Amino acid sequence: MPQAKQRAEAAMAATDTSWNARGELEVLTFDIGGETLALEATMVREILDLLPETLVPGAPALVRHVVNFRGRIVPVADLRLAFAMEAGETTADSRIVVIELPIDGEPTLIGLRTDHVREVATLNAGASEEAPAVGMRWQRDYVRRLVRWRDDLIILPDLTAIFAAVLSPRS
Amino acid sequence: MTEDPTATFRVEAGELLDQVEQGLLDLGHRLGDMALVNAVFRGLHTLKGSGAMFGFDALAAFTHHCESAFDRVRKGEVPATAELVSVILSARDHMAALVDGAAPQAEGDAILARLAAAVEAARGGGAPAEAAPVGAQQGVRLFFRLPADAMANGTNPLMLLDELRELGEAEVRVRTDTLPPLGALVPNECHLGWDVTLRGDITREAIEDVFIFVMDDMTLEIAPLGDAAPAGVVPVAETPPATTIAAVAPVAAPAIVASAAVSPAVENVRVPADRLDALMDRVGELVIAQSRLSQLANNRHDLLLRSVTEDIERLSGELRDTMMVLRMVPVSSLFGRFRRLIHDLARDTGKAIELQTSGETTEVDKTVIERLFDPLVHIIRNSCDHGLESPADRIAAGKSETGLVRLSAHQAGGEVLITIVDDGRGIDRERVRAKGEANGLIEPGQQIADDELLGLIFHPGFSTAAQVTNLSGRGVGMDVVKRTIESLRGAINVASEPGKGSTITLRIPLTLAIIEGLLVRVGESRYVIPLSAVEECLELSLEDDLRSRGHSLITLRDRLVPFVRLRDLFSTGTRPDPHQKIVVVATGRERVGLVVDQIIGNHQTVIKSLSAFHRGVGSFSGATILGDGNVALILDVAQLVAMAQPREETLRAAS
Repeated sequence: MPQAKQRAEAAMAATDTSWNARGELEVLTFDIGGETLALEATMVREILDLLPETLVPGAPALVRHVVNFRGRIVPVADLRLAFAMEAGETTADSRIVVIELPIDGEPTLIGLRTDHVREVATLNAGASEEAPAVGMRWQRDYVRRLVRWRDDLIILPDLTAIFAAVLSPRS
Repeated sequence: MTEDPTATFRVEAGELLDQVEQGLLDLGHRLGDMALVNAVFRGLHTLKGSGAMFGFDALAAFTHHCESAFDRVRKGEVPATAELVSVILSARDHMAALVDGAAPQAEGDAILARLAAAVEAARGGGAPAEAAPVGAQQGVRLFFRLPADAMANGTNPLMLLDELRELGEAEVRVRTDTLPPLGALVPNECHLGWDVTLRGDITREAIEDVFIFVMDDMTLEIAPLGDAAPAGVVPVAETPPATTIAAVAPVAAPAIVASAAVSPAVENVRVPADRLDALMDRVGELVIAQSRLSQLANNRHDLLLRSVTEDIERLSGELRDTMMVLRMVPVSSLFGRFRRLIHDLARDTGKAIELQTSGETTEVDKTVIERLFDPLVHIIRNSCDHGLESPADRIAAGKSETGLVRLSAHQAGGEVLITIVDDGRGIDRERVRAKGEANGLIEPGQQIADDELLGLIFHPGFSTAAQVTNLSGRGVGMDVVKRTIESLRGAINVASEPGKGSTITLRIPLTLAIIEGLLVRVGESRYVIPLSAVEECLELSLEDDLRSRGHSLITLRDRLVPFVRLRDLFSTGTRPDPHQKIVVVATGRERVGLVVDQIIGNHQTVIKSLSAFHRGVGSFSGATILGDGNVALILDVAQLVAMAQPREETLRAAS
């Protein structure tokens, strides 16, 4: 029973992954800090070259900068911090992936700093598993699923959980 | 884009109801004004018609009763009475509730019962208004022309002519002088005009009735058949069409010309506000792209490129200015809504209150207008409830019986000043002081400047009304008002003279969408300080800088002003510029100096909101995009001032 309860709680904490009827999920894969992550393709709005960023003093480290994304002020998140990865150099491959995510009840554009954007891929639910309770370097509730794909292990991050941690309280 | 048709109806109904309300309030003052009666009738009729069309059957049925009652007034069977107007006003409120879909049936029935009683009373009360015949026995000659789109809007000229024929023996001639050549003729547009000669005892009202639903856009001229023109030999057909009117006018001694729409009416288009916002964003981007283009062009020595760039610069600037104006609406739409409030307040308090408004044409951003409504309601309620005395007290004080509330607006630079003046008893300073002492806001016997004392009324939980009425005095008013005004980047000020009345002044920025700011550099980043908050800029002298190491105060004209080193606050980690500047900003009476590395200059720009991640950071109220495409954060002056204040207090305590 406690196990079942734990699993239910984990399922509730994690954002739902909406596999389609055939158990497939179309995602965009990208590299951050040596790992490959994937996000639902429907979430992705645009892939940008690096833009001049503006520091917001006093902002949480995860979202310390903003950029001008076609006239809108978009926060830029560095997911490396959520996964305790080391900061890397920006390279010619570095891109900002702009996604739309409901934050605090309103659809919000967020730029994700990535080292390299790979491709749009179709993942299989059958090849996915829950994040293991032990032996993982990352905070468990930040990971929705781990998916085997070709020779790689892809992380489906739980952005809602990651960003909830840095959300400033509403005044 | 799919739109709920009932939503469209609701908007339209809201406007019609406002129109009816304004008409009724005017009618309350001028009971005999038939033009107002007609206007109200038309409003009710249209509401009934479109209500039924959109399936608001309860509304249509209810409105029908009111319309019928009003029709009798219009026909002169019953005179308009104050009671009748008041009943129809409450009926209007019920209609508004019906439009929203939340109206108890019983309430409607009660109103209808009162309505029937009011009509009955009015019928017994006075003789019906005499409708003046236009041409004594002779008849009238009239000319009318419908707008070109009349047929597209469902008007059938033949029916109008038939209705005219019903009034008396008619002779109809058509005028084709404005008919376009065949090639340019659009078949469903109406380009004909008609001269009609009617014989018999016909009133002007009877003729206007025929055109009641098309009156606003049409041309209608009515003249009595003069004695000079012998009956039957009216040379209408003989005279060339263009001269007909000239021929008629001198004949009729008191020529009545009623062309309802002499100047072409301005066409209005209803656009959802979010589309305007989207357009505004695009324009903002265009301006940014343009300034990048200008930078590039200036680096090259290509005269042609420069001249094109200058054109684009001018055009995009003009486009932005036009765009700003699009969101502006006159404050009359706001002020108009208070007439009803005053009417109701006068009824509830038993005081005679007159509302005077001025400066209604002053234009303010639509969002600002909407957010000003609640604060103004509070202020006006306070003025009427606490400020104005009862009629007996007023007479005893040597004032006129009727209390006056004056609402005015005018533009001053980038701000709008709205003042609410009453001629009541003024704010009782002793009571404010007593209340402030009781609440612990001030020390007993503490010396305090007059405006600070009056400012106490903006503290939460403050109310001087000895007795809590249902209008105000619950102590939730003025602090909310102040917060709302400040959230609009505005300021509120109160002045009062015992026995003479109070004046409350609101200073509101014209728009929330743009900001006039001072662009400064701190470390390597640039920030915008709202110019409205900036009092002065001065240099932080080296000795002041060194002397102030231990504390953060400078002496500014014999007053100690706390200051904040933005470089430290934002942990830039850079070395200070040799010539740092202090920008002194103020909210209300509190001032703070912000130490920056460089003042770059003035900067007018579109305000962008920050995401939920950065909203709570506190020091910033928004962001803006600079000419080079980079983002600059806008400093939240109120927050920075508040942050700096406690330090000043501790210093004071320490010294």
